[in-house]
Amino acid sequence: MEEFAALLDALVYTTSRNRKLALIADYLRRAPDPDRGWALAGLTGGLDFPAVKSSTVRNLMMERIDPVLWTLSRDFVGDTAETASLLWPEAEDAPPQADLSLAEVIERLAALTRATAPKELPGLFDRLDPKGRYALIKLATGGMRVGVSARLAKTAFAQAFGVNVEEVEEYWHALAPPYTELFDWAAKGGAPPDLANVPRFRPFMLAHPLEEGTVDLAEYAAEWKWDGIRVQLVRAGGETRIYSRSGDDISATFPELLDALPMDAVLDGELLVRGSAQGGEAGGAASFNALQQRLGRKTVSKAMLRDYPAFVRLYDVLLLEGEDWREAPWKSRRATLEALMARLPADRFDLSALVEAEDFAHLARIREGARDEAIEGLMLKHRESAYLAGRKVGLWYKWKRDPLLVDCVVMYAQRGSGKRSSFYSDYTFGCWDGDPDAGAELLPVGKAYSGFTDAELKKLDRFVRQNTVNKFGPVREVKRELVFEVAFDSVHASKRHKSGLAMRFPRIHRIRWDKPAHEADRVENLRALIKD
Amino acid sequence: MTAPSSWIRPEPHGIHVVPADAWVDPARPVPRALVTHGHADHARGGHGETIATPATLAIMELRYQTREGAVPVEYGETVSIGGGVTATFLPAGHVLGSAQILLEHAGERVVVTGDYKRAPDPTCEAFAVTPCDIFITEATFGLPVFTHPPIAEEISKLLKSLANHPEGCVLVGAYALGKAQRVIAELRASGHHDAIYIHGAMEAMCRLYEDHGVPLGELRLVSEASKEDMRGHIVVAPPSALADRWSRRLPDPLTAMASGWMRVRQRARQRGVELPLVISDHADWNELTRTIGEVNPQETWITHGREEALLRWCQLNQRRARALALVGYEDEDD
Repeated sequence: MEEFAALLDALVYTTSRNRKLALIADYLRRAPDPDRGWALAGLTGGLDFPAVKSSTVRNLMMERIDPVLWTLSRDFVGDTAETASLLWPEAEDAPPQADLSLAEVIERLAALTRATAPKELPGLFDRLDPKGRYALIKLATGGMRVGVSARLAKTAFAQAFGVNVEEVEEYWHALAPPYTELFDWAAKGGAPPDLANVPRFRPFMLAHPLEEGTVDLAEYAAEWKWDGIRVQLVRAGGETRIYSRSGDDISATFPELLDALPMDAVLDGELLVRGSAQGGEAGGAASFNALQQRLGRKTVSKAMLRDYPAFVRLYDVLLLEGEDWREAPWKSRRATLEALMARLPADRFDLSALVEAEDFAHLARIREGARDEAIEGLMLKHRESAYLAGRKVGLWYKWKRDPLLVDCVVMYAQRGSGKRSSFYSDYTFGCWDGDPDAGAELLPVGKAYSGFTDAELKKLDRFVRQNTVNKFGPVREVKRELVFEVAFDSVHASKRHKSGLAMRFPRIHRIRWDKPAHEADRVENLRALIKD
Repeated sequence: MTAPSSWIRPEPHGIHVVPADAWVDPARPVPRALVTHGHADHARGGHGETIATPATLAIMELRYQTREGAVPVEYGETVSIGGGVTATFLPAGHVLGSAQILLEHAGERVVVTGDYKRAPDPTCEAFAVTPCDIFITEATFGLPVFTHPPIAEEISKLLKSLANHPEGCVLVGAYALGKAQRVIAELRASGHHDAIYIHGAMEAMCRLYEDHGVPLGELRLVSEASKEDMRGHIVVAPPSALADRWSRRLPDPLTAMASGWMRVRQRARQRGVELPLVISDHADWNELTRTIGEVNPQETWITHGREEALLRWCQLNQRRARALALVGYEDEDD
């Protein structure tokens, strides 16, 4: 545990990507099995201990320290795990005990229940120093926040043992922590994991944004960028799984799709629910808002299945009946996919149609009209492109429609966490419910915490501190003075907010230090943009 | 017995000693100032008369290029400042020359600590616990998460990193008055006698410390060295220089920072620090609370820092306390 805690600590303080890679690789070479496998799982977010929540830790602390002192400390530090690791009252003269192994810690955490966690955790905390407690709480509650993405950790693994990272990625999703087979193969020269009959994830091909310039439509095909969730549907050995873009297995959320694929295949598409907002009345898809009803559910009710039936709008084929199509050019894969459609059940699959245009200017005009269809924009795919993992220059582009913009007034601010701890970086903003010069009120319409630079954040933080009119715990209410130009992708009706609206992907587009608050938009302007 | 608040008043710009019309650490020029120590937010220039320890006056002279109105008072010496008020300067253990000021009037005793710490420091005299009626304390690190480890641990961490990084240098960000000299003196005490490179802005202050009997060993200026010279060496610079273009002249620097804030990971990350050294010249939470207990005043006034938490602690421990809203004191890079 000491070694792993030291690794986490070193990662926190290392900014250079190469030094991070070297630190992780060095740890993976040195650490014993199965500790290193558990460490890799921790770094990639592959561990889950539902019995331990952030609130479990908070409650343990509140029993041991004055709640006011806890809250003041937590607010300042900006991270529950770190605050608790520093404030845990250490036993004065506890005899030194041998270091706990990471595997031992994992085993104990896995055995906890909601009822036993508050009794067992203190014993673990007592055996560790602040660094060890920090690592333990981060492991237990998930989310390391040490600036290491899953991809970086896998790259470090590949670097540590001189294997190909794409290969690691391929095996990864078929294996479970502590990834024994992966280490046997990479670190000990064993046979690669046998995964022929495992419905495993293949890395997605991703697109670069088309910033400016044009492409030649003789070289590139265009299709709509549908507003659902990108999925990979895999059937092997008689079992079907659905993976999200990050490789998470989301099969349980969409049971109606698990017996829909009649042959072994790996298909790439957009998961949507039936409706008319995207792609027309007959056989069309609903807006993302409707799909959201289905996301993140562990059990799916019959009503859900009836009211929001899911289907996949197919983009691409990676494998089909034992044949690997990934090296083939896009145009051949497309032809294969088109031919396949007749063999797929029409209620669960349709084909993402190509958008035909005379030239790029014509395509641009078509894209402008896309808003009405609640579509995100266009995809441009090179007709000769193989299906390659990750984002490769010049092959696929996403050409998103321009965002919608609205002027809002900042109402509340909250401190951020992690790197932004102690800065007021999360803002709630509102629009007027009538004429502001005739006494209208502001109604909150959204929340955003991105879209500004570090320098702007400092200035915003100062604005919040100097214009606070009320404090509610970590939240400050500010004078209604500052206008944000907020960009967002779409807006939907919502019962959660007093304004009856919810924005999709709101972010701060510009800070209008110059604009008087009464010139900000009204709620009715925003309501007029609702499409579902 | 007159209530002490009738003759000593916290004002936004300093602590006013009313019968003597004198101010402690005033944030703007006044006819008569009592100055606890040489940091710029406490020792401002332009006063008519400045009463302080000789070392503090020397530091102020270095900064403001004048000794006009300087009234030196030695540690332990009591001077009358008018209006029936006497002032005694006692060591605060913060930096060279730092003092607590004991003010006495009509049988009442008020101690203004300025900044202080209880941990040993080879560059200045140790804090003297002084019984009083009103104890006016700082609270820079007034949160229970702040506990400063023994400095020897941090120095050995620094030396270990230096040994692991022989092709480059370790750049230590340290406040130019006090912290820098303490880190250097502690390195010497731990047996590190190699030349240490310093930023030009620290040269005069280091010389002043040596003139006051604090040997710092061989110091060289970064501006007069080549990249080759500095490989495998420690470089000390003010925190503002860490991210500055200035640091480009250094050979592959590993960035360290000596500060009490380094106890909190995200604070270190915000500054791009790779090697956090928890070294502070301020009292940590345990020192603050222990000191209040030892001084055992009738009432504790809390000047600057995280006063809410210390106020809460006093309340929990049945101690009378109030927070003063003084302006102008900064969360220095300490």
